[in-house]
Amino acid sequence: MHMADALISPLVGGTMMAATTAVAAYSIKKVQNDMDEKKIPLMGVMGAFIFAAQMINFSIPGTGSSGHLGGGLLLAIMLGPYGGFLTMASILLIQALLFGDGGLLAYGCNVFNLGFYTCFIAYPFIYKKFVKKTVSTGRILAASLISSVVGLQMGSLSVVLETVLSGKTDLPFKTFLMFMQPIHIAIGIIEGFITAAVVAFIRNSRPEILERAASGERLGAVSLKKILIVFFVLALIIGGGLSWLASSNPDGLEWSIFKTSGKPEIEASGGIYDTMSNVQSKTALLPDYELKTLSGIVGGIVTIGFVALVGFIANALRRRKINLKSRI
Amino acid sequence: MSGIVNSLYNMKHMDDLARRESPIHDIHPLIKLITTVVFITVVMSFGRYDIGRLLPFFLYPVIIVIVSDLPKAPILKRIIIIEPFIIGVGILNPLLESETFIVGGIELSKGWITFGSIFIKSLLAVTAALLLLATTGMDKIAGALRTLRVPKIFVLQLLLTYRYISVLTEEVARMLRAYSIRAPQQKGIHRSAWASFSGQLIIRTFDRAQRVYHAMCARGFTGDFNFGSVLKVNLKDNIYWVCWIIFFAAARLFDLPVLIGSMITGVFFV
Repeated sequence: MHMADALISPLVGGTMMAATTAVAAYSIKKVQNDMDEKKIPLMGVMGAFIFAAQMINFSIPGTGSSGHLGGGLLLAIMLGPYGGFLTMASILLIQALLFGDGGLLAYGCNVFNLGFYTCFIAYPFIYKKFVKKTVSTGRILAASLISSVVGLQMGSLSVVLETVLSGKTDLPFKTFLMFMQPIHIAIGIIEGFITAAVVAFIRNSRPEILERAASGERLGAVSLKKILIVFFVLALIIGGGLSWLASSNPDGLEWSIFKTSGKPEIEASGGIYDTMSNVQSKTALLPDYELKTLSGIVGGIVTIGFVALVGFIANALRRRKINLKSRI
Repeated sequence: MSGIVNSLYNMKHMDDLARRESPIHDIHPLIKLITTVVFITVVMSFGRYDIGRLLPFFLYPVIIVIVSDLPKAPILKRIIIIEPFIIGVGILNPLLESETFIVGGIELSKGWITFGSIFIKSLLAVTAALLLLATTGMDKIAGALRTLRVPKIFVLQLLLTYRYISVLTEEVARMLRAYSIRAPQQKGIHRSAWASFSGQLIIRTFDRAQRVYHAMCARGFTGDFNFGSVLKVNLKDNIYWVCWIIFFAAARLFDLPVLIGSMITGVFFV
């Protein structure tokens, strides 16, 4: 579910980064108001827990394969939605920097897809409703299953939308959707089972941990309205971003225009037209199309050759330096 | 098991790389962070059919690796781990795209161009992110985030998570080793142990968080994190970012390969 930079256009990435920043800022405010400072080390260590837990392979009965924990819902249950969201955000930043898993430009998308829906939709509106009055293992299971499936479905739908809007790949919306959604139902079910198992275990052996987590934040009267306001603002931001997308005509929509109108001159779709025409006036030295392709290929080879040459020379120089040093 | 040990080793290795000394390591962390983000954004701003124009951007990772004297193998290994996903998403492009182009008499789907563009972009972006961590280190990146006015709760949480990944991963490795000794020839954790296994881990985590908190309090923790001395942006930092921005702008605005190519073809063919 982690999106890579290469599939994202800067516009989509930027819009989602703005949305994520808004939610994160709001969460930080809430965490500052509602939580005792004791929870900050807990959030940090819980983030590390998710990393560690992702290394455990749970064998899935009857399939011979194994799955692992994603953790968004579990974080929300343990730390509350705000702490959960912030913890998810720091996990994803570490994954992007340390493993290159999910890009920096796509960071906003990833935090939103993996953190927002589980912490701010599935947890308060589904999970909490289930275990509000009576808590039993069966209820925890049902709540976890439904909320993790719903959270992941929304997340994977976002992935599809963001990818298609960015227009970097040819996957048609429908095909991509038909591919992503069923897989994430399966993942959601497994995630739900594991989450329920962990929560039920903790409720049996150390109930005070869950009670503390549940009482730590007051999600009842105040926050619901605020969440809806945040949502509305987000809708505006995203709507604004999309209309900008439509007007400045970058990759995604350009592609659909290209498909429907069949005009070949959008072939070199650079995104920003001013710079494109600038480049065209530079390359117009060679009006002949064949010659232009030729010079493109020659130039490409020379460029890569130059980069490689820089590398080789530097390497050779270093070896000489080391040799000299070892002689001394 | 070996996977866990490996990733732990990799993490520590990244930390070691970040502690080295080189002109790139000396650059102000904030400058490096911003340059990396600008680089990735510029690379991603190219359209789906631009391959040639992406090539000059390889100069950035190559120069950084050379100047910072980082070993190439571990970074290449990381990139290779990421690539299958990118290939999985992009590989359908040649099949889905009906438009074709002709190279050397062979008709090829234009999807190969878009696939190539996705591949090169991901290569550049992943390398840039890994190089940022390998030349800067997580604590300095966190310091840079503080300079950018990112709230201290988030930065503190980021650092604590990073610090405790290795601790908890070692814990998991111990638990898994104990489990596998008692459950030989079994792939993964059996369903009957899902709850107790991960539940135990989470309880240990909570207890550790308590101890960590007490230890922090005993050392005077008041909710602030001390990032050490605040570094100043000096001349070499300014030269660093100005040079890169000029290069990125030039490579974004002008089709450098075609310009170079037309100069060469102009000399030889006209």
